Amino acid sequence: MIAGLEPTVALEEPFIRVRGLDKSFGGRTVFAGFDLDLPRGKLTTIFGPNGCGKSTLINMLSGLLRFDAGDVEIGGRDVRSARIGYVFQNYRESLFPWMRARENVEYPLRVRGVPRAKRRERIDELLASFEITLDLSRHTYELSGGQQQLVAILRALVADPEVLFLDEPFSALDYEMTLYVRDKLQTVFLETGLTTVLVSHDLEEAVYLADRILLLSKPPTRVVELIAYDTLRPRTTEIMADARFVATKQHALDLFRAEMQR
Amino acid sequence: MNVATRPAERAPALAATRLRLPVGVLLPVIGPLAFLALWQAVCSAHVVREVLLPTPFATLAYMVDALVHGTMASDAFVTVTRTLLAFAFGAIVGVPLGVALGSNARVYRSVEFLIDFFRSTPASALIPLFILFFGISDANKIAIAGFSVLLIVTFNSAYGVMNARKTRILAAKVMGASSVQVFRDVLLYESLPQTFVGLRNGISTALVIVVVAEMFIGSDQGLGHRIIEGEQVLQVTDMYASIIVAGIIGYLLNVVFMLIDTRLIHWSGK
Ligand SMILES: Nc1ncnc2c1ncn2[C@@H]1O[C@H](COP(=O)(O)OP(=O)(O)O)[C@@H](O)[C@H]1O
Ligand SMILES: [Mg+2]
Repeated sequence: MIAGLEPTVALEEPFIRVRGLDKSFGGRTVFAGFDLDLPRGKLTTIFGPNGCGKSTLINMLSGLLRFDAGDVEIGGRDVRSARIGYVFQNYRESLFPWMRARENVEYPLRVRGVPRAKRRERIDELLASFEITLDLSRHTYELSGGQQQLVAILRALVADPEVLFLDEPFSALDYEMTLYVRDKLQTVFLETGLTTVLVSHDLEEAVYLADRILLLSKPPTRVVELIAYDTLRPRTTEIMADARFVATKQHALDLFRAEMQR
Repeated sequence: MNVATRPAERAPALAATRLRLPVGVLLPVIGPLAFLALWQAVCSAHVVREVLLPTPFATLAYMVDALVHGTMASDAFVTVTRTLLAFAFGAIVGVPLGVALGSNARVYRSVEFLIDFFRSTPASALIPLFILFFGISDANKIAIAGFSVLLIVTFNSAYGVMNARKTRILAAKVMGASSVQVFRDVLLYESLPQTFVGLRNGISTALVIVVVAEMFIGSDQGLGHRIIEGEQVLQVTDMYASIIVAGIIGYLLNVVFMLIDTRLIHWSGK
């Protein structure tokens, strides 16, 4: 094949590189010989049928879950030596309620032995650059759901991660909060250009946020397609009426439907 | 007609609001007062002979007098001291032991049956065994109560650690926490609510066992001794008064622990 005719996606230097990944749960195979390349500095959303292994995949990519065989490299190194930011679906079960919001955000710095003054400085800097106003002196359970998820996102960002993983970060939030936190996440991405991988169960959202949409099949899970969507940021909900948005979403939906009928 | 019906409709509501305040304040007192009234009624009706059941007034008056002028206060002090010593032993050994066992599921599995078995064995059934080993000393009463507290506290702390939310542990790990940091910053806190359940049960049990031990392990001091003595020489007023004092001590210990609990574990249930 002539190099110039290859899809743009394949030309990018992969930052997250997965080869021959195997994972099964008690005899039930979810991944077998799974390969994946994800580019640096892009926001990739993962979409696929329920139970296809989206969470399992990002848990393995982030080093939270062991796999049976294969390699996962981030920036050319083993996952275990990479700095990872991870935002869980359930903020209530992932934040530390015995700490104030500020101590939660500081925690990744504290475990690395960063002195107190430096930690404060870093957090103030984060809040300012994303224009987030939050009363960090409160306990987390005193904050609204959206604010708690923001605390979780700040906590994932504070130690300057190489990759930010988010597992359905909006699914425990009401619609208004979803819009707000989604906007803040876009701001974060624009400001930092951080390689980001976000699982979504909402196709519209997956396209809206993405530079790349990773469409997964039913288990044993394959990559159906890594779809590029390069519309400029910041994006507003108006782009959902844009022809490219509609076409991309339709394309993903067609693939998804075909996959469900297999 | 409309105008005429309205005040009538409003009247019950008004009456209710007028009543609500004083009734609300008095509610907690109603039960005890009713109890005292029933007690008095039983006495007045001569259902029970007065040698077996003195009047509530006589009992309470005797209690106050015995506390202020008699030896009741020093007996209560002895019982409380034994209870607190037993509790302190059980808690100081039990919490670290439970947390250590709980953080290693394999080790816990191997001793789970033992702990469950002895936890389910009535501590009073072990009194003769403790007499064999410790004699009828003061240390014995503390030892057997301390042993019971130890089992309860160990069991609860271990469970608290084992049932820690997996997500929080994962979150700490992905943020780069070492296993020591995960233990100190997450597991310990996750186990606190359950540990406190253990401590509260522990202090109640300590009092129960100390009082029983004071009755049956040769003793010349303490509320348990006083209660059994009151029964045997038919000083029933002293017996009832001692029972009430023991009850007050148990209640106060419980209140203190509940206050500490809600202040310390502010996130519990949130
Ligand atoms: N800890 C586990 N034990 C057993 N099966 C699991 C476990 N985690 C995930 N699975 C199974 O693996 C599959 C993929 O799960 P998951 O990654 O959570 O899916 P998704 O996030 O795409 O909905 C599902 O069939 C699920 O039942
Ligand atoms: Mg999932």
